[in-house]
Amino acid sequence: MRIDKDLVAASATPLVLGILADGESYGYAILKRVDELSGGRMQWTDGMLYPLLHRLERLGLVEASWGTSDVGRRRKHYAITAAGREALVERQAQWDVVAHALQQVWRSAQDGLQNPPRVAEGWA
Amino acid sequence: MAPGTTAPDAASPGPHAALEAQIDQWRGYVRRREAISTADVDEMEDHLRERVEDLRATGLDDDEAFLVAVKRMGTLDDLSREFAQEHSERLWKQLVLVGEQPAGRTRSWRELAVVLGLAAGAGVATKIATSVLDEDVVALNAALLVLPFLTAYLAWKRQVTARVVGALVVPFVALGLVLNLYPFEPTGSTLVLAVLAAPAVVWAVVGVAYVGGRWRSDARRMDFVRFTGELAVYYTLIAIGGGVLLGLTTVTFSLAGVDLEPYLDTWILPLCVPAALIVAAWLVEAKQNVVENIAPVLTRVFTPLTLVMLLAAFVVLATAGDLADVDRELLILMDAILVLVLCLLLYSVSARDPLAPPSFFDGLQVLLVVAALAVDAVALTAMLTRIAEFGLSPNKTAALGLNLLLLVHLAWSAVLATAFLRGRRPLADLVAWQTRFLPAYAGWAVLVAVVFPPVFGFV
Repeated sequence: MRIDKDLVAASATPLVLGILADGESYGYAILKRVDELSGGRMQWTDGMLYPLLHRLERLGLVEASWGTSDVGRRRKHYAITAAGREALVERQAQWDVVAHALQQVWRSAQDGLQNPPRVAEGWA
Repeated sequence: MAPGTTAPDAASPGPHAALEAQIDQWRGYVRRREAISTADVDEMEDHLRERVEDLRATGLDDDEAFLVAVKRMGTLDDLSREFAQEHSERLWKQLVLVGEQPAGRTRSWRELAVVLGLAAGAGVATKIATSVLDEDVVALNAALLVLPFLTAYLAWKRQVTARVVGALVVPFVALGLVLNLYPFEPTGSTLVLAVLAAPAVVWAVVGVAYVGGRWRSDARRMDFVRFTGELAVYYTLIAIGGGVLLGLTTVTFSLAGVDLEPYLDTWILPLCVPAALIVAAWLVEAKQNVVENIAPVLTRVFTPLTLVMLLAAFVVLATAGDLADVDRELLILMDAILVLVLCLLLYSVSARDPLAPPSFFDGLQVLLVVAALAVDAVALTAMLTRIAEFGLSPNKTAALGLNLLLLVHLAWSAVLATAFLRGRRPLADLVAWQTRFLPAYAGWAVLVAVVFPPVFGFV
C-alpha cells in the first residue's frame, strides 16, 4: 500500500520530532526509524528529509551539531529542543482530534454499509 | 614519486574505486545547485554512503546499490527546489532572474530603455532645477528631484498595484509641498536639518516601491537593506570610474586648448550624477550576486578595525577629563560612529548563513556593539549636562533623538546577539529585530523634516 504524498508530508514534522524526542539522531537513522515504524509502507524521498530538518532547525525546534560517524565521516546530528517538545505536544493534540474524527466517520460508514438506509429499501 | 607517499587506495585501485568515482560525480552534480550548500552535500553524502552499505548488505553489487540509493535520494531538480524553498536567502536573486527568463530578451531590452529614459529624466530634472532655482532650494529638493525616478523604475519593475502607486505618489507630493511652502530662514538650522532629513524620508518611500508595497514583510525589508548596501557599492564604483574618465577627458581637451571646466559644474555633473544612481540601481537589480559577496567581505574587514578605533576613542574620551565645553559636533560625530557600527552589524547579519553556529566573528561583533555603546554613553552624559545648562536647539534635539534611536537599536541588538551566542535564541530573532526597527528612523526623519521647522519657528 502506498501512502498518499500529502499525507506523508503532513505527518513528517510530528514523526521526525517524535523520533528525536526519543534521543539525538541523524538523517539516515531517522529515515530507517520511520521505515521500521510504518513497516516500510511510508516511503519518503530520502533527500527531502534534509530541507525539513533545516526548517525545524531554523524554527528552533531542533538543534544540530556536527560529529563524526564510526568510520570517520562528517555527520550532522539533530536533537530536539524544549520548544520542539512543546510543538510536538501541540501536534499530538491536533492529530488526536483528526484521528478521533476519522475513527467516528469510519464507524458510521461501516454501519451504513451493513444497514443501508430505509429509503433505498422502499424503492427496491 | 617516492614509494610509500601514495595512499594505498590510489596506488592500487581499491575494491570500490568505481563506486567512489560515482559518488564523486554525484557530489559534483549536487554542488552545482545554488540552493544546496557544501555542508548540505556532506550531510547527504553521508546518507548516500550508508544507504549504499545497507543495500550491499542485502546482496546488491556496487553499481546496483548506488543506482538505488541515488534514486531514493530524489531527483536533483526536486531536491534543489525543496532546498531553495527552505534556504531562499541563498538564491533570492537567482529566483528573481530565473522568474524573468520566459519573457525573454524583449523584456530586458525594454528594461534598458526604461532605465535610460528614467536616468535621462533624473539628469534633466536636476539640470533644470540647478539652472532655475537658488542653491538652497535645490539642496532642499535634491532627493525629490532624483529619487522619484528611481521609485518609478522600481514600481515599474515590480508591477505594483494602483493602491501602491497612490501610496508612493502621496508622500512625494506632501513632502514637496511642505518643504517648499515652509517660510525657512535662509541660513537657519531647521533648513539644514530638513535638507538632511528629506532624503531619509524619501528613501523610505523608495523602500516601499522596492518591496512592491509589501513593507510589512521582514524578509522583503531585509532585501531592501541588501539593495541599499549594494547600491552604495555600485554607485561608488561608477563614481570612481566616471571621475577617472572625466579627468582623462579634461586633460586631453586642455591639450587641444579646450577648457572643459566651465561645463563640468553646469552641465556634466548635474546630468550625470543623478543618472548614475538610476543606472546603479538597475545594475544591482540585474547582477545582485556579484556584489552579494562583497558586502560581507567589507564588513569582515572593517569590524575589527572599527573595534580598535572605538576602543581608542573610549580611552581618549574617558581620560580627557572635562567634556563640558564640547559642542554639538561631538553628538553628531557619535551619531556617525553609531550609524557606521549599525551598518556593519546590519550587513553582516543580512549576509549571514542563519544555520551556521555562533563563531568567533559573531563574538567580535557583540564586542563592537558593546564598545560603541560604551563610547556613546560617555559622550551622551557630557552632552546631557550641557543641554541641561543651555537648553535644546533644533540641531541638538535632532542629533539627540537620532542618538537615542541608535542606542535602543544597538542595545537590544547586543542583548539578542549575546543570547544567540549562548544558544538561547535563534539568529532569526536578531534578524527580525534589525528590520523591524528600521521604520523608526523613517519616522524620526519625518518628524525632523516636517514637525521641527514650525516647532522651532523656522530658524
